[in-house]
Amino acid sequence: MAKMQINVNGSSRTVEAEAEASLLSVLREQLDLTGTRYGCGEGQCGACTVLIDGKARRSCLTPAAAAANKQITTIEGLAQGEHLHPLQEAFLAEGAMQCAYCTSGMIMSGVSLLNSNSNPSEAEIVRFMEGNICRCGTHPRIVAAIRRAASALKESGR
Amino acid sequence: MNEKPELQMPLEPERYELSAPPTYHFEIDRREWFKFLGAGLLVVCVSKSVAAAQESGGSRPAPGEALPKEIGAWLHLGENGVVTVYTGKVEMGQNIRTSLSQGVAEELHVPMGKIQMVMGDTQLTPFDRGTFGSLTTPTMNLQLRKVAAAARNLLVDLAAAQWKVDRQRLVAADGKISDPGTKRSVEYGILVKGQQLTQTVPAEEALAPATQWTVAGQPLPKVDGRDFVTGKHKYPSDQKLPEMLYGKIVRPSSFNATLVSLDTHEAEQMPGVTVVHDGNFVGVAAPSSVIASRAAAAIKTEWKSEAQPSNKDLFEYLKKNVTEGGDPTGAPTRYDAGSVEQALASAEHRLQQTYTVSYIAHTPLEPRAALAQWSGDHLTVWTGTQRPFGVRSELAAAFRIPEENVRVLMPDTGSGYGGKHTGDAAVEAARLARSAKRPVKVVWTREEEFTWAYFRPAGVIEVASGMQKDGTITAWEFHNYNSGAAGIRTHYDIANQRIAFHAARTPLRQGSYRGLAATANHFARETHMDELAHVVKMDPLEFRLKNAKDARLRDVYQAAAKKFGWGKAKSGAGQGFGVAGGSEKGGYVATCVEVAVDRASGEVKIVRVVTAFECGAVVNPDGLRNQIEGANIMGLGGALFEAVEFENGRILNGLMSLYRVPRFRDIPPVESVMLDRKDLPSMGAGETPMMGVAPAIGNAIFDATGVRLRSLPLVPNGLKLD
Ligand code: FES
Ligand code: FES
Repeated sequence: MAKMQINVNGSSRTVEAEAEASLLSVLREQLDLTGTRYGCGEGQCGACTVLIDGKARRSCLTPAAAAANKQITTIEGLAQGEHLHPLQEAFLAEGAMQCAYCTSGMIMSGVSLLNSNSNPSEAEIVRFMEGNICRCGTHPRIVAAIRRAASALKESGR
Repeated sequence: MNEKPELQMPLEPERYELSAPPTYHFEIDRREWFKFLGAGLLVVCVSKSVAAAQESGGSRPAPGEALPKEIGAWLHLGENGVVTVYTGKVEMGQNIRTSLSQGVAEELHVPMGKIQMVMGDTQLTPFDRGTFGSLTTPTMNLQLRKVAAAARNLLVDLAAAQWKVDRQRLVAADGKISDPGTKRSVEYGILVKGQQLTQTVPAEEALAPATQWTVAGQPLPKVDGRDFVTGKHKYPSDQKLPEMLYGKIVRPSSFNATLVSLDTHEAEQMPGVTVVHDGNFVGVAAPSSVIASRAAAAIKTEWKSEAQPSNKDLFEYLKKNVTEGGDPTGAPTRYDAGSVEQALASAEHRLQQTYTVSYIAHTPLEPRAALAQWSGDHLTVWTGTQRPFGVRSELAAAFRIPEENVRVLMPDTGSGYGGKHTGDAAVEAARLARSAKRPVKVVWTREEEFTWAYFRPAGVIEVASGMQKDGTITAWEFHNYNSGAAGIRTHYDIANQRIAFHAARTPLRQGSYRGLAATANHFARETHMDELAHVVKMDPLEFRLKNAKDARLRDVYQAAAKKFGWGKAKSGAGQGFGVAGGSEKGGYVATCVEVAVDRASGEVKIVRVVTAFECGAVVNPDGLRNQIEGANIMGLGGALFEAVEFENGRILNGLMSLYRVPRFRDIPPVESVMLDRKDLPSMGAGETPMMGVAPAIGNAIFDATGVRLRSLPLVPNGLKLD
């Protein structure tokens, strides 16, 4: 067990974690941030995606210790109060979910993409999102949601 | 802490959509009910015979009398105007929480926001066999609408009595009854204040036709969408209780293995760890998932098993191991018409072919999960299942306790596709919790999900047909080995038919999968149809229409063809067009596909998919479109590359990195055409839209290359052209 500092969604939390604990297990079990989902544990599905210093990372493969003292954002920390992030809004507007188990990871990956490319083409979206699996087959809607959010962000000048 | 073996884990070699016996006991009497729900109005939907018995004894059950047993659904309207709907159906992405609410809003004339749904809780909701078979829309939607309509009528009566006016002049709208003459109005909640009103509704009551719908029929967004985009929703795997431990099962080295030796010493020394050994069941409960994994890994086991078949011998094995059993779903397994022998003998063309389908895995993105809590000999389990009442029976049997002692709750789960019918994780969590004397949660790893769940059955299908020169099919003989009888009948008009399903011993545990065997049967049938069209050099679409009289089938074919632009000339090398269709579960589907085959690399790209679908009156067009698109995309996986590989009782590709599912780059534009038949009852749409895509792709590949593929998946390693 090692004590560490986890900065998540703007607040700093102290946790004790086993050496082999993943960031995913610490988020879910110790910090009750269950919006980050487990889908495979092998970096293949993207359900566990969080932002570490603004970039999409698979929390199932990230040792908790490696995330200590970095800025972590999970799906729970994306909205500003009642105000949803434009990509969250876009997922609702496009109905880009069925069971929605992939949704957290899709949104976090999408936000990471939009952070680095404010106007991604369809091909760029497909390439970037390749590591995220949706079993329900909502892919076309997810692509549409990312495009919608990109134009919303452009209009609002963010 | 090691326990003596005392319980055998129930082993289910195969599970289809089997029915649990309806041992429904209503535990709460009417007084209890209102104590629990608060005052207001309770409307219950019962089947006719029971309703009649109720009515002859007075329209309200006597106080303290249990509610009738054959209940489909019920609805409570509280003093605050909130409508709570109780149904045993569950939500796993098919969007019924929204579409069922729409039905209620439509009939009761209340805003969507006033409706809450309680689903799949064995203590609170009526008995239900399970959420599968595309039955929610044709049955539950109808029952709830009836219940809601009855509630509205009752409210109108109440207001009419209160105001001493003719009920005809009153209007129910927006959660209020009003009298346009006097401009008086009263909210539903106020009308039922302090009351304990009950009404039973016979399931046969007439309803507003779809042409008069205002809320139903609209593309409404998911009712709780916000909880999903903010991560707030708690799936079964997210459930947590104070003092909860994390469970982990030590799995056998192969299927059908028996434990021969066990050393748990090291694990038992770990602080906070409980080790449970019970027959072939070995597992641990620990304060965190990390420690649970560590403890499970520290347990040394030795297993023994017999040699088992491997997938390279699969199809031969299935044909050699035919058993006497029928279709596990109870579907009829044989159809005969005319004389196939004579028709084959006199046919101008004859064709005989064999088709195969592999085992595939459901791979729901949320693996199986359960949280179990004991309180004395009462057990509560939260789990992701399509059959909460079936899982309740499994738990009661496993722990030899009465079903009344078991409560199963199903928080909206991360999909199922027919793969979450059994209660494996629930039994495991409950077994660990009993020994640990604390609540225990078990979440399967992806590898466990790939290995210890069950698969879509593999199958061999043999087709022999006879045809006249003009393309009229005269003989049709169709034998399906193992994959199942769903969708086995042809919807083409053929005078002489012999169609049969043959059950077989299966090397792997198999069970329901979205659409059941209809996918396999449509694949074989629609590929064979294409082959026949080729023999008489007819256009594949024209050939199908020539042999189809069913107007609904013809309509979907024509609608898909029109949207697709069927019949246009090819514009490039490697381009191919294919069509396939059929009917199942009251829905009709036709799919046209365009592929591009790169002859050099063997890569097959799906360029475009157009699916026309008709399932009666459309309840939520956007939800339906989402289901049609999703079914086609999911269907791409099984069509192109999904296959479970196994050898001697072990799965060889049981990881997400080894088992390929459709990803963004695999997804073509999927266009759907919805034929809204307001004159026909609404049917489910979770399964049938999937049926056309695999054969349509195979047929398009043939069109592009002249290579005929007769096995699913079609191109697991690209197309071999030589
Ligand atoms: S759970 Fe991390 S990538 Fe699948
Ligand atoms: S919506 Fe179910 S996995 Fe994407």
